[in-house]
Amino acid sequence: MVTDTEAAPLGLERNANGDFSYPDTHLHDAGVGLTEETIHYISNIKEDPDWVREFRLNAYKTFLSKPMPTHWASNDLEAIVFENIRYYLSSGTQAKRSWEDVPEDVKRTFERLGIPEQERKFLAGVEAQFDSEAVYSNIKAAVGEQGVIFVGSTEGLKNHPEIFRKWFGKVIPTGDNKFSALNSAVFSGGSFIYVPPGVKVKHPLQAYFRINAENFGQFERTLIIVDEGAELTYMEGCTAPKFNTATLHSAVVELVALKGAKIQYITVQNWSANVFNLVTKRAIAHEEAEVKWIDCNIGSRLTMKYPGVVLKGRKARGEVLSIALASNGQHQDTGAKMVHAADETTSNIISKSISIGTGRATYRGLVHVPKHLKNCKNNTECDALLINANSRTDTYPAITVRGTGNSVQHEASVSQVSAEQIFYMQQRGLTEAQAMSLSVNGFVNDLVRQFPMEYSVELKRLIELEMEGSVG
Amino acid sequence: MSILSAVLDEVPVLRQDKSAPTILGGIPEGEGSELPEWFIARRQEAWRQFSSLPMPARKDQAWRFSNVKALDLAPFALGQAPGDGDRREILDRSVSLDEVAGRLIYADDHLLRRDPLPEPLRALGVIMKPLERGLIEHEELFRQHFMAQPVALGSAKFAALHEAFVKSGTFIYVPRGVEVELPIEIFHWLNDQDASVFPHTLLIADELSKVTVIEHFRSTHRDRRGFACGVNDLVAGRGAKISYVCAQNWGEKVLSVQMNATTAERDASALSLNVHLGGMYSRFESLSRLIGEGARSDLLSVSVGAGTQEFDARTLQEHASPHTTSDLLYKNSLSDLSRNTFGGLIRVEPHAHFTDAYQTVRNLLLSDDAEANSMPGLEILADNVKCSHGATSGQLNEDEFFYLLARGIPARAARQLLVGGFLNEVVQRLNHPAIAEKIHELIEEKFARAAR
Repeated sequence: MVTDTEAAPLGLERNANGDFSYPDTHLHDAGVGLTEETIHYISNIKEDPDWVREFRLNAYKTFLSKPMPTHWASNDLEAIVFENIRYYLSSGTQAKRSWEDVPEDVKRTFERLGIPEQERKFLAGVEAQFDSEAVYSNIKAAVGEQGVIFVGSTEGLKNHPEIFRKWFGKVIPTGDNKFSALNSAVFSGGSFIYVPPGVKVKHPLQAYFRINAENFGQFERTLIIVDEGAELTYMEGCTAPKFNTATLHSAVVELVALKGAKIQYITVQNWSANVFNLVTKRAIAHEEAEVKWIDCNIGSRLTMKYPGVVLKGRKARGEVLSIALASNGQHQDTGAKMVHAADETTSNIISKSISIGTGRATYRGLVHVPKHLKNCKNNTECDALLINANSRTDTYPAITVRGTGNSVQHEASVSQVSAEQIFYMQQRGLTEAQAMSLSVNGFVNDLVRQFPMEYSVELKRLIELEMEGSVG
Repeated sequence: MSILSAVLDEVPVLRQDKSAPTILGGIPEGEGSELPEWFIARRQEAWRQFSSLPMPARKDQAWRFSNVKALDLAPFALGQAPGDGDRREILDRSVSLDEVAGRLIYADDHLLRRDPLPEPLRALGVIMKPLERGLIEHEELFRQHFMAQPVALGSAKFAALHEAFVKSGTFIYVPRGVEVELPIEIFHWLNDQDASVFPHTLLIADELSKVTVIEHFRSTHRDRRGFACGVNDLVAGRGAKISYVCAQNWGEKVLSVQMNATTAERDASALSLNVHLGGMYSRFESLSRLIGEGARSDLLSVSVGAGTQEFDARTLQEHASPHTTSDLLYKNSLSDLSRNTFGGLIRVEPHAHFTDAYQTVRNLLLSDDAEANSMPGLEILADNVKCSHGATSGQLNEDEFFYLLARGIPARAARQLLVGGFLNEVVQRLNHPAIAEKIHELIEEKFARAAR
């Protein structure tokens, strides 16, 4: 991501050039639609071990048997036609480790995204995902020396089964929901990371994801295991060129924080306005571990994503910071899940959403404190900002508390930008749009401040961009 | 399994003794034949609807966390008129407020007594009469308001059941500008084993009028099983002010589903206080519609759960007009194995700008096995609104408890004092000392019962 603030406004560039695409030159193409054949095809190309093939086929059966979650979620899901989606595409190249080996058109894509030359070279340990395969992976030497494993999902399962098999599909079981089952059946790409005990990874590890073939769903799978006392920050940023027909992105992300470990997982999602972004993300936090999800949802047609933490060990801590920006025609259905399963666990959820035009922002949360736990605490705050008269916001938390000795509080508020503020800024010579943008940035500022520098800069620009033309 | 079926087997034996028709057997032949034809047709249509709708399932969002297995209607029979002895006893026990404008007492869906309104009020045109008289004598008003609101909170099946069997109820009309100073009091009793009742209160307060209604739900024997399925339609006309209080104190084996709909027209003010003390499983749905500018609605509730009691409250504050205000405050205390579920939604329709809507739920957990589920929700489709909701779950303040102990107050009394204080905030909002006193008495009785 961009740290260089002198670069052209990244959000602007990216969006102004949002409608581009390169000719598909994929070596492997599983075709349109999903059958057992598709799964065998994917397994054959990826040379999956038998147990992975078995896992995929079972997941496919689960996928077929699960209903769409439309009894509680948006009916817009009905618009997904599973038969029209490509489940696997690959350029057939092995993961690259040096910049020179990266195919020319991938480099051009980076260029169009506005990532400066200098930045691209220094992107420490970038695992850039171009369609299904990791085409670019440059693990910083130092990280490798520390014993950190940072590989693609296929490689991880093939070369390090002793580490990854133990937790693979354990945090999020295949049958968790229809889309986690779908991902388990056809997953390809994504990152597998293992951090050995006591290792504190100084630089954030990053991955870029792009969708680049029409009707092509991206089903990456990420599993991160941080061993006792180790620390890791992981970032993912998503951009996608604009296509005419709806595209599906359905990822599964599993995090395991062993005793005393710390994980920070940062997402900035800016899919184009035709993408269904249905992602299952969950972490297990063992004793005294800390997991923090930082989640920004700006793009997509419909996002349904509720990062969760299962607080399994004593004194574990979970946190979700979420920002959602719903522009015209978008629905950001985001939230958080906190399952307390041990004494003295604490969790914190802070969600801020902004609805612009006909945009709809929804917060859906779950906090569960079962009985016989002591001194568990949860704090949930949801603030929503409505920009236009036809904007919409919803809040649907579900909180279960059993027993004494625990404290849970939930608060939500809805407001609009104060007319006095806008008037004051206009008096000082700002245009209405500038004033509005400043106001909105102020609304999310206390959250954005907690983000890593480059993300907060980028986010600010994205908000400025989205606010353009939303007033007047 | 064998024990369970043995218990179930006992039920029909009891019923056969009394030969009362079961509710699942449908509307008995000739039942209600004295009613007008249009109403009979409506009942039959409602029965068809009840039969075709599925039973609620936990997967339905409107029934999430609810123990839907408790909703077995098979054992219940239609209420029969109580015998003379029972009748006398019930009338003796129907005591609450010292001063009332009028009083109606029902048991097992039969009217036992009516204390009519004083002559001056009747002369002004105030009406208080049994529902079936209301539907014959004031057909137009009745048809306009009787179950006219949508069943938005999940109990469409039970609303249909109510409509099919409704018999005992109260029709109240307060004409323009009339203020009824004293409360109107209504008692509904469950008496026989496995009896069911379908209470209905239809309250219409015309422009600028004022009225207070208090309803008591009680059981003659706290260990008798029973079923209550009630609907209330409360209409506050332009500038009218209505207060409705429900003191639910069914026996501990009663299953109840209550659906209330309040409508507030321009500049009207509607307040409801629901006190839930009894019952094995009590579902309580409260729809509050603000349809005129400047309307205000206060939704208040207190529940005291003990044993294995379950309370399930669902609310909808629907703002359909600009400049409307709603304020919800629900407080629940839970001890033993009791469960509480709150599912509430504030919905601000497009164009309902300048809305103020608030929702606050507080759960006080007094035991390790108690469970509180809160689902406070917001759906905002307009801007220029002030909306907030808050839900907290916690326990008694240790410092306050210690302070009382240090003053020589025994632990149990200290705990009751603190819980009483916690609930009192809600009751005080009613601003009616006489009713508040009666409610406190009921809550104290409940504490005493739970402590036994």
